[in-house]
Amino acid sequence: MVDISNPNQSRMPRRPFSVKTQTGFTEMAIICFFLLYAPLIPLVVYSFNAGDSLAFWEGFSLRWYVAAWNNEMVKDVTIRSIYLASVASVIATTLATMAALGTTRIKPYKGQTAIYAMINQPLMVPEIVTAVALLIMFAWIKAATDYHGMAYLIIAHTAFCIPFAYLPIRARLEGMDLTLETAAADLYATPWLTFRRVTLPLVWPGILAGGILAFVISLDDVVITQLVKSAGQNTLPTYMLGQLRRVITPEVHAISSVLLAVSVAIVTAIFFLNRRIK
Amino acid sequence: MATTAVTAAKMPPDTAVPDAANVVREVRKQEVRRNILLSTPALIVIFCAAAGPLLIMLVYSFLSAGPYGGIEWKFSIDGWFNVFVQRDIFDDTLSIADAHVSILWRSVKLSLLTTFTCFIFGFPTAYFIATRPPERRNLWLFLVTIPFWTNLLIRTFAIMELIRNQGVINTVLTSFGLIEEPIQMLFTDFAVMIGMTYVYLPLMVLPIYASMEKLDFRLVEAAYDLYATRFKVLKRIIVPLVKPGLIAGSILVFIPSLGAYVTPRILGGGKHMMLGNLIGLQFGQGRNWPLGSALSLTLLMLVMLALLFYVRSAGKSTGGSHG
Repeated sequence: MVDISNPNQSRMPRRPFSVKTQTGFTEMAIICFFLLYAPLIPLVVYSFNAGDSLAFWEGFSLRWYVAAWNNEMVKDVTIRSIYLASVASVIATTLATMAALGTTRIKPYKGQTAIYAMINQPLMVPEIVTAVALLIMFAWIKAATDYHGMAYLIIAHTAFCIPFAYLPIRARLEGMDLTLETAAADLYATPWLTFRRVTLPLVWPGILAGGILAFVISLDDVVITQLVKSAGQNTLPTYMLGQLRRVITPEVHAISSVLLAVSVAIVTAIFFLNRRIK
Repeated sequence: MATTAVTAAKMPPDTAVPDAANVVREVRKQEVRRNILLSTPALIVIFCAAAGPLLIMLVYSFLSAGPYGGIEWKFSIDGWFNVFVQRDIFDDTLSIADAHVSILWRSVKLSLLTTFTCFIFGFPTAYFIATRPPERRNLWLFLVTIPFWTNLLIRTFAIMELIRNQGVINTVLTSFGLIEEPIQMLFTDFAVMIGMTYVYLPLMVLPIYASMEKLDFRLVEAAYDLYATRFKVLKRIIVPLVKPGLIAGSILVFIPSLGAYVTPRILGGGKHMMLGNLIGLQFGQGRNWPLGSALSLTLLMLVMLALLFYVRSAGKSTGGSHG
C-alpha cells in the first residue's frame, strides 16, 4: 500500500497494522481521562491560595485549612457526618451480610428473586423521590411522637446503604467453595462454629469492601440528608451545599480538598485490598 | 443438616430408605426458612425507609394541600391535575402549566443530551481500556472509578469553579484577549449538561468496558481480511457485539440524570430547574405536598419506563447474539 508518488510516505514506514486500533479512539480516551481529573486541579490549587479572592493567586498558604479546622461549625458537622456514616454503615453491612447469606448458597427458592429486587429497590428509585417520601413519613412521625433526633437520618441512611453493602458480599459468597462448609460439618462443627471459622473468614473481604462502600455512600449523601434532617442536623455535604449559595471563600475549597483526599485514599485502599486477595 | 442432605441425595433411588425423599424435602424446607429469616431484617429496614414511604406518598398525591404546607385529609386529584394543568387565579380558566411542562421537557432533553455526550467520550475510553494489556486494564479502570467515588457535590462544585464568570476558563480566555466579557456559562442548560456528563461519565464507561472485554478480536481480524474499512468494522462488528453494554451504560446515565437534584441546583440555578428541583421546591417554599408527590411519582414512572425499555432491549439483544 505504499504510494510511490508521495516521497514522505515511502521514507517513513507506517506503523504495523493493528486490528485493535480505531482512528482517534486513543486520543479521545486520553482527552476523557484528562477531563475527568482536570476540573479537580483548580479546586485543590485555590485551597492553598493566600488571598481571599478566588480569581487571583496570591501565594501559597495553609490559612484556609487552619480556618476550616478552627471553624466550630465545620467541626460539628464533620463529627455528625462521621458518626452517621459509621452507625449506618455498620448496621447496613450487618443486615446486608445476613441477607447475602440468605439469598445465596442453596438452590434458588420461591420468592428469592422478590427478595433480591426488594434489597436493590433503593438503587432503582431516584434519590429525590425517596427523599421526599421519607420527608412525608417522618413529618407524620415527628408530629405524632415529637422526637426530632438522629434516628431518622440513621434509618434513612441504613436503608440506602444496604444494597451497596449487599452486592460485594453476595458476589464474594457466590464465588465461594461450598464444599468447605460441608467438610466442616462432616467434622462435627456446629453450624455456628462452621460460620465463625469457615464462612466468615472466607466472606470477610466482601464484608469489608461492602462496609467501606456503604460508609463512603453515606458520607457523600446530600439529597436524602437535606430533606430528612431536622434543624441543626447538618452533615458536612449539606453544610457545604448551604455554603455554595453564599459568597464562597477558599475555606470551602480546603474542606473539599480534604474530602477529596479522603475519598481517594479509601478507594485506593479498596483497590489494593482486592488486588491482594486475587 | 447439610450432611444428611448430601448423603441422601447421592443414594441411588433403589437402595434409598423409603423416606429419604422426605428427609431431603424437610432439610430443604428448613434451609429455605433459615434463608428467608436471615434476609428479613434487611427487608424490614428497606420497607420502612425506602419502599413503604413511596406508598404513603401515593396516598398523599390524592389529598388536598394544606395552606401552610403539609396536607388536609380530603380527597382531591388536584395534585395530579396540577402536574400538567394550571388554574388561573382570577378567572378560573385552565391552561397548560407551561412552567412544569418546560421543566419536564428540559429534564428529558438534558438527560438525553448527557447520555449522548457520555457515550461520545465513554465509548472510545472503554475501547481504549479494553485494548490495553490485561495486567494494565485494572489500573485504567481504577482511574475511571476514582472520580466516581469522590463526593458528587465536590465534583459539581469543581465544575462550577471552572465555568463561573470569574472562573478558570473565563479568566484564561480574557487574559489571552480572546474574549472581552466573560461568557455566561454558569446557570445555563449547558452548564447543567456539562456537569451531569462529568459526574455520570464513569457510569457509561464501566458497562461498555464489561462488554468490550469479552469481545473476540479474531472477528475484527476476519473483517479486515475481508477488506472491511476501520469504520465498517466499528459499525458492523464492534458496536453490535458490545450493544448490551451500550444499552446498560446509557440507562445507567439516563436514569440518575433524569432524577438529578444537586447538579442542576448548583449549576442551573433557579431558572434552569430540572424535575428533581421542582419536586424539592414543592416541599420547601412551594408548600404543595400533593403536587410534589404527584411529580415524584411522575418521575418514578419515567424511570420505570426507561428500565422497562432496558429490560426489553437487553432481552432482545442477548437473544439476537445467540440466533
